[in-house]
Amino acid sequence: MQYEVVIGLEIHAQLKTESKVFCGCKTIYGNSPNSQTCPICLGMPGTLPVLNEKVIEFAAKAGLALECKIRLNSRTARKNYFYPDLSKGYQISQYDEPMCEFGKIEIFSGEDRAKVLGITRIHIEEDSGKSVHGFGDKTAVDFNRCGTGLIEIVSEPDMRSPEEARAYLVKLKQILEYLEVSDCNMEEGSLRVDANISLRPFGQKELGTKTEMKNMNSFRAVEKALYSEIERQGKVLDNGGEIQQVTMLWNENLNQARVMRTKEDAHDYRYFPEPDLLPIEITEGYLADIKSQLPELPDAKMRRFSADYKLGKEAISTLVLDKNWSAWFEEVVQAGSDPVEASKWVTVEVLRVIKERLISIDEFPISPLKLSQLIKEIEKDSISKQAGKKVFDHMLDDHSDVSLIIEKLGLKQVSDTRNLEVIIRDIKEKYSTEVSRFQNGESKLLGFFMGQVMKESQGKANPKIIAPLIQKIIGD
Amino acid sequence: MSVSDFLSKVALHKEYNAFIQIDEIDLNKRFENICDGPLKGELVAVKDNICVEGLNLTCASKMLDGFKVPYSATVIQKLEKAGAIIAGKTNLDEFAMGSSNEFSYFGPAFNSVDKSRVAGGSSGGSTVAVGCGLVDYALGSDTGGSVRQPASFNGVVGLKPSYGRVSRYGLVAFASSFDQIGPITKTVEQSAKILGVIAGHDPLDATSMDVPVPDYVANLKRPASEFTIGIPKEYFGEGIQPEVEEAVRKTIINMETAGAKIIEVSLPHTEYGIAVYYIISSAEASSNLARYDGVRYGFRGSDESMDEMFRQTRAKGFGSEVKRRIMLGTYVLSSGYYDSFYGQAQKVRRIIKEDYLNVFKKVDAIITPTTPTTAFKSGEKLTDPMAMYLNDIYTVSANLVGIPAMSLPVGNDKNGLPIGCQIMAPSFKEETIFQLGTLIEGFQK
Repeated sequence: MQYEVVIGLEIHAQLKTESKVFCGCKTIYGNSPNSQTCPICLGMPGTLPVLNEKVIEFAAKAGLALECKIRLNSRTARKNYFYPDLSKGYQISQYDEPMCEFGKIEIFSGEDRAKVLGITRIHIEEDSGKSVHGFGDKTAVDFNRCGTGLIEIVSEPDMRSPEEARAYLVKLKQILEYLEVSDCNMEEGSLRVDANISLRPFGQKELGTKTEMKNMNSFRAVEKALYSEIERQGKVLDNGGEIQQVTMLWNENLNQARVMRTKEDAHDYRYFPEPDLLPIEITEGYLADIKSQLPELPDAKMRRFSADYKLGKEAISTLVLDKNWSAWFEEVVQAGSDPVEASKWVTVEVLRVIKERLISIDEFPISPLKLSQLIKEIEKDSISKQAGKKVFDHMLDDHSDVSLIIEKLGLKQVSDTRNLEVIIRDIKEKYSTEVSRFQNGESKLLGFFMGQVMKESQGKANPKIIAPLIQKIIGD
Repeated sequence: MSVSDFLSKVALHKEYNAFIQIDEIDLNKRFENICDGPLKGELVAVKDNICVEGLNLTCASKMLDGFKVPYSATVIQKLEKAGAIIAGKTNLDEFAMGSSNEFSYFGPAFNSVDKSRVAGGSSGGSTVAVGCGLVDYALGSDTGGSVRQPASFNGVVGLKPSYGRVSRYGLVAFASSFDQIGPITKTVEQSAKILGVIAGHDPLDATSMDVPVPDYVANLKRPASEFTIGIPKEYFGEGIQPEVEEAVRKTIINMETAGAKIIEVSLPHTEYGIAVYYIISSAEASSNLARYDGVRYGFRGSDESMDEMFRQTRAKGFGSEVKRRIMLGTYVLSSGYYDSFYGQAQKVRRIIKEDYLNVFKKVDAIITPTTPTTAFKSGEKLTDPMAMYLNDIYTVSANLVGIPAMSLPVGNDKNGLPIGCQIMAPSFKEETIFQLGTLIEGFQK
């Protein structure tokens, strides 16, 4: 039987504030264990949390970007549970009065159709530490991460396929990166995704029993885990079975999930208002201020790139994927390049190199200005497009002037007709058979002759000039 | 006083069991490094749920036995800067939960006036140290009466400041929305002096308020005729020892004679105070005490497995009263029970607060007994938690509402046991309490 898939996602994004949410400790990833701790984040007796205002600002930014309603008065609450990496025995989070609610996000998936998905809420909370295994039968705990600020973004169960879930994640990551509130690095754990999945017969209104899937460390893994769980639930339902409400852990290596806990051993978190902190009060003025500081967001940028630069959909969505890519592209354009040409260079050549070299666009060895100079040389016909790629590759390691490199490589395009005429006449003598076929109307041989000219001129001949010359000399 | 004078005095009073820890080496260092300030050279005993860097922090619990805390509470830093010498750590009910100081891992502290009776609690050790004259004064913490009740039992002055007046940073949390550190002294003036030193906003405590600290000592004297005092009829009801009522009534008459306007007022929801207090404070405690899990510091009950570590640590590390409160608190926060217990208690807490705000529209202060009875016999209420809890009946309201309250001695019963009178004032009006306290002290002479 075919079922309708219902997916909702809960995302934890680590905020890239300099210090933790309730103490002054740094939040750098990968430092030696427990080097970024203090009595407060270690949960020593007598210590108290003090809220880092940057966390409020970052959460408000995310809320505004996702078109949420922001509460002027929200409260923190304690979520109580025991775990060795939770230093206080409770996590400071938000419960019945989250900072942001009722947001939305627009995605494109599959057939390019826009779809609006609901955001239920965004709340702030603190991260836990990390349990580190591999000490024989002992487990160690690293509290460096404990107390790092997080936002949890909960979606409505609006997604109808793993592709939509992925599109949601891509878009959300994009927005958070644009806002510079999170690094969104799934491998380092600065972005974590939990998925709720259920199936129901098409047409049924009530949701089916859901399961929760955790521990996916890439968007691809999310998609795979969702497919696997949809298949599993479908089989259970087909066999007349009932879905058990469980939490599952995805195992990337085995490509399968296992049950982590059932509904019976679900925690009772005993939430209650955090008495150590005052309610979070913000003003309309504060929000207006933050709103005015928001960067241009992906949707707006896409519209502008289409209107201003007349770029194709594919180029736009690639460029806009990363705020720094699109900024880099715009620098090339501002340096005087044709936007369409610039977009081709950036999306094809530049991105190829940064992906090969695993570098960010900021580390890319050619400056936007130099790339624009190269593009101009091609526009001027002083080198061919083909030669341009050679020059580009050379520029990756040679920081000389573009014109110098062109000369060095001897790639300056020959537009001098007298030289070219000599070459063409030589070819005319050498390939008499082809010449007579060409003269008898086999016009596709033009390409053959052009290739020969390019070869003889070592690629320097300007194709725009040689084509008419060939017609003139060989064609008659 | 020298170190040796102090130590021999303590030794003489060893049977009172006021101190949990006195570190002679630490003490010698402190005597050599005294700051210049208003408390220069004065000895202060500190309840052992307040962090002092370099000394153990036990909270009178096996859970933290031997735990050296790596930092000092804000109040300790302020006292040291003002020239005070931290004498040592005093006995208390485990994690400040109790009204007799009998729930201590280190054994009970005994009443400074009558050794066969309880010190009161939970700040028993601090109060006895002041009562026996071992130190100039002491710090206690008051969550539901833990400074005022033992002060009353030992005939000394105990103040619970307004919530937010004194930083809680470094005070081991019992019930975060009630806890306040307060001075235990021989006189009202000393109390005013210490509060002046320890009060004020602390960036490390979000609940400490940024309200200016007046010069309490300079403003101790104000004529009685400038005060209107409320006497709540609900505080003189059933269960009160006649001599206690008599002594407090006499104080009120003295006040009226001196020119104060006395009016009867009503705080109609007083009877719900104990229930509300024990629900909310236990709820907060159940969460505050979750950090004692054997992972990072203190006692660890088992290395078997994660679950066993948690179970054994908490089963063996906590005493019975602490466990009782944790279970009570866990229960009232549980899903399905939250609304009818914790949620309801918060509502009633607001109603009680309204009662007080209304009364304070008409009066400058409220005078009541501190406790229904004088100090009871050791062991008398140990097996009856409800009887023990009812001891706090007159003191919990100030914590529920967040207002300042002081207990000071107003005579003795026929057994010579001290009787305490309580003064309550609106939030951040400690000044009023000190002024009235000074007047009452005058009546005793």
